[in-house]
Amino acid sequence: MKTVEYGYDSRIEGDVVYTRVDAALNWFRKNSLWPMPMGLACCAIELMATAASRFDISRFGMEVMRFSPRQADVMIVAGTVTYKMALSVKRIYEQMTDPKWVIAMGACASTGGMYRSYAVLQGVDRIIPVDVYVAGCPPRPEALLDALLKLQKKVSTEPVVSTLTIASGMKKSERVEEQVH
Amino acid sequence: MSALEFANKLIAQFGDALSTPTEFRGEITLVLKDAERVAEVCAFAKNTLGFDYLVDISSIDNYGEDPRWTIVYHIYGYGNHAYLRLKTNVSEEKSELPTVTGVWRTADWHEREIYDMMGVRFRGHPDLRRILMWEGYPYFPLRKDFPLAGKPSEMPDVAFSNRAPLEGGPFVTTPGGKDTIAREPRVRVPETDSLPTNARLERRQDVKEIHEDPRHHSKP
Repeated sequence: MKTVEYGYDSRIEGDVVYTRVDAALNWFRKNSLWPMPMGLACCAIELMATAASRFDISRFGMEVMRFSPRQADVMIVAGTVTYKMALSVKRIYEQMTDPKWVIAMGACASTGGMYRSYAVLQGVDRIIPVDVYVAGCPPRPEALLDALLKLQKKVSTEPVVSTLTIASGMKKSERVEEQVH
Repeated sequence: MSALEFANKLIAQFGDALSTPTEFRGEITLVLKDAERVAEVCAFAKNTLGFDYLVDISSIDNYGEDPRWTIVYHIYGYGNHAYLRLKTNVSEEKSELPTVTGVWRTADWHEREIYDMMGVRFRGHPDLRRILMWEGYPYFPLRKDFPLAGKPSEMPDVAFSNRAPLEGGPFVTTPGGKDTIAREPRVRVPETDSLPTNARLERRQDVKEIHEDPRHHSKP
């Protein structure tokens, strides 16, 4: 009787790579950062240019612009955030699922820019946490790509597994109890 | 027919209610003495004289003068190719005049904008709500006594606002200045404003100190 060997065949599958769970998860995360385009002013034109063929953010796995915050990883705030829009931006940010990041693109989103005005929020970081600020008015697509690469670097060094219990809002023991019930 | 002839037709119809037309760079301006008659005059201009296009309505805050508000109607006729500017004054106590939405429907949003920015109400407007700022914003930000940096406000679940930082400022223009330096947005302090540019820059430190003085900020 002929026996069949089950298991890992290194001749077909290649060598085994050992890694940490964090590194593997971060590798998944950083190479598929789906942006939530929060295009509020002229910076959004440069954001569109970044997505188009000449600059092509799909090279970095970020071409999937999600207009639903529930499917997005990184909100790119591109443009002037007025006070009238501010709470909507905040609400959309809150609707994004964890883990989530924010890029403040351009002078207006970063600091209010040239609008020292009664109507303009002086930097989107007053309502939501910002990971990367991009200078420029508006920034060139290269600058936004650089910000996204910097964000990739940040994502790849973030702890994942150790934060999972914190993210669920309760201690490990409580979670076990919940499973029992 | 020229704009001046149309203006004279309006005067022939309404007599003393209108001022004599003034001309500036080929444009004719008429001042309507009683703002209550604005809808009546506009209806005549549209229906009889053919001014079928309301280009814009704007408002002026003559802060410190009476009457405080000037409302300016820019009208044009596609058939007669004539522009006319119609001005009328409204006092601060009243802050109200009849709407012209019954004459030109496009007046709807123009009047809402003036209500939003200046706080002048238009009687008979079908939907007089704020148009740029949010419902519940307590101020009228284009008024001269509203600070450039804005004021803090809070409207739960709708919007909030804060003062904008104006370090070294506020930078304001002097309209009608004779050169670009005079018209450029700059720190304007009465005692240094008349000096030549270099002398003003030398006194920059004094200017800064004046602006860091909180008493100065409370001034409108």
